[in-house]
Amino acid sequence: MKTVFEGKKISGILGILPENVYYFDDEVNNYTFPVKQTMRLKKLMGFESHRMVKKDSFTSDLCIFGAEYLLKKGYIDKEEIGAIIVVTLSPDHFLPHISNTIQGELDFSEDVICLDIAQGCCGFLVGLMQSFLLLDKLGNKKVLLFNADVLSKKISPKDRNDFPLAGDGAAVTVIENDKTAEDIYYTIYMDGKRRNVLRIPAGGFRLPNSPETGELKDQGDGNFRALDHMHMDGADVFNFVQTEVPPCIDEILDFSGLKKDDIDYYLFHQPNTFMLQKLREKLEIDEEKIFSDLVRKYGNSSGASIPLVITDNLSKLMKKEKHICCLSAFGSGLAWGAMVINLGMMKFCDLVISDL
Amino acid sequence: MDIIKSFFKEIRPEFDFDESKNFIQDGYLDSFDVITLVNMIEEKFGITIDGLDIIPENFCSYDSIKGMISKNGGKI
Repeated sequence: MKTVFEGKKISGILGILPENVYYFDDEVNNYTFPVKQTMRLKKLMGFESHRMVKKDSFTSDLCIFGAEYLLKKGYIDKEEIGAIIVVTLSPDHFLPHISNTIQGELDFSEDVICLDIAQGCCGFLVGLMQSFLLLDKLGNKKVLLFNADVLSKKISPKDRNDFPLAGDGAAVTVIENDKTAEDIYYTIYMDGKRRNVLRIPAGGFRLPNSPETGELKDQGDGNFRALDHMHMDGADVFNFVQTEVPPCIDEILDFSGLKKDDIDYYLFHQPNTFMLQKLREKLEIDEEKIFSDLVRKYGNSSGASIPLVITDNLSKLMKKEKHICCLSAFGSGLAWGAMVINLGMMKFCDLVISDL
Repeated sequence: MDIIKSFFKEIRPEFDFDESKNFIQDGYLDSFDVITLVNMIEEKFGITIDGLDIIPENFCSYDSIKGMISKNGGKI
């Protein structure tokens, strides 16, 4: 789908991180690979530190922490919210929905629309698309968009392919109608034929969790994981990103009538340092226009990565200026997309550390 | 090709790559080894390897690696 969203704006973003930091240097002996071999990947891949929630903290806790922060600070009023959208791959339960949990716990009105969307690394773009579409029917009410995941709970600590990049985190974005807002250019693609490139085999109705699905097995490549765990085929994902994302960026620039140099910031999903470096080289983007250190500092936080990049790097700027930004996300589905938006003059753009 | 052999000795000293007809299929190089190798080649040859060229087919034999380096402007 390629479209223009008119009269919509992002008026605030809050990033939320777990309290606990875990270091790659401390985990390197958990893997079966020679330490020297593994340590070579540290700088290349961005294996340095990652944040993961505590055992008894879950996605709804991150969301409620964020919503309470916004209410306490006076950044939102409950009465002005028309919809709560939660994008996550790690719901607390199949039922109840997390959007309803937030609504109930924080006593939002019964006419607030609650919607959960299962989407991974492309979750910010998908959540924004749904928010923009809903706003056409919400008048002066605003959308609260939550992107939150605690996927570290579904990644084997003995899997060197996946665990060093595991990162939990969340973001709350406020989106509203504004007749004076500049057009937002948007494109998104999906390819279900390549759906198994990123997968969690067990835990749904087709293959429920059981002692058997929880058993760690040698994958034959030195990694140990269970059917309950998430896995991505690294080479296939890398090839997918290098093949699909550059033309997608070219397309959105052409659609918006802008050139590469017209963009102030390229705000991309943060899978790993190497993949972002190769994307930057391919697209010939200046280093100061793209951020690529989120994964090194916090891990890959799935759908929350783009709002976390914004709150981590552009917090002050986004509150006092506007900048033309090109957003791009890519991941499970497979799904990939891009968006050009004049972003800024936000009411708030904060990054907070929770006690979760 | 000696330089590639020296990279292999550094990355995977446990294997004799001369015995393999396909480094990827035989499990001599995994995806992270390929990334390490790309980094070593880029530094040694002063080139930037196109992301689209980082595919298993380009790392399965000495000849395919040599061809990939040449395609990306390296003199080998």
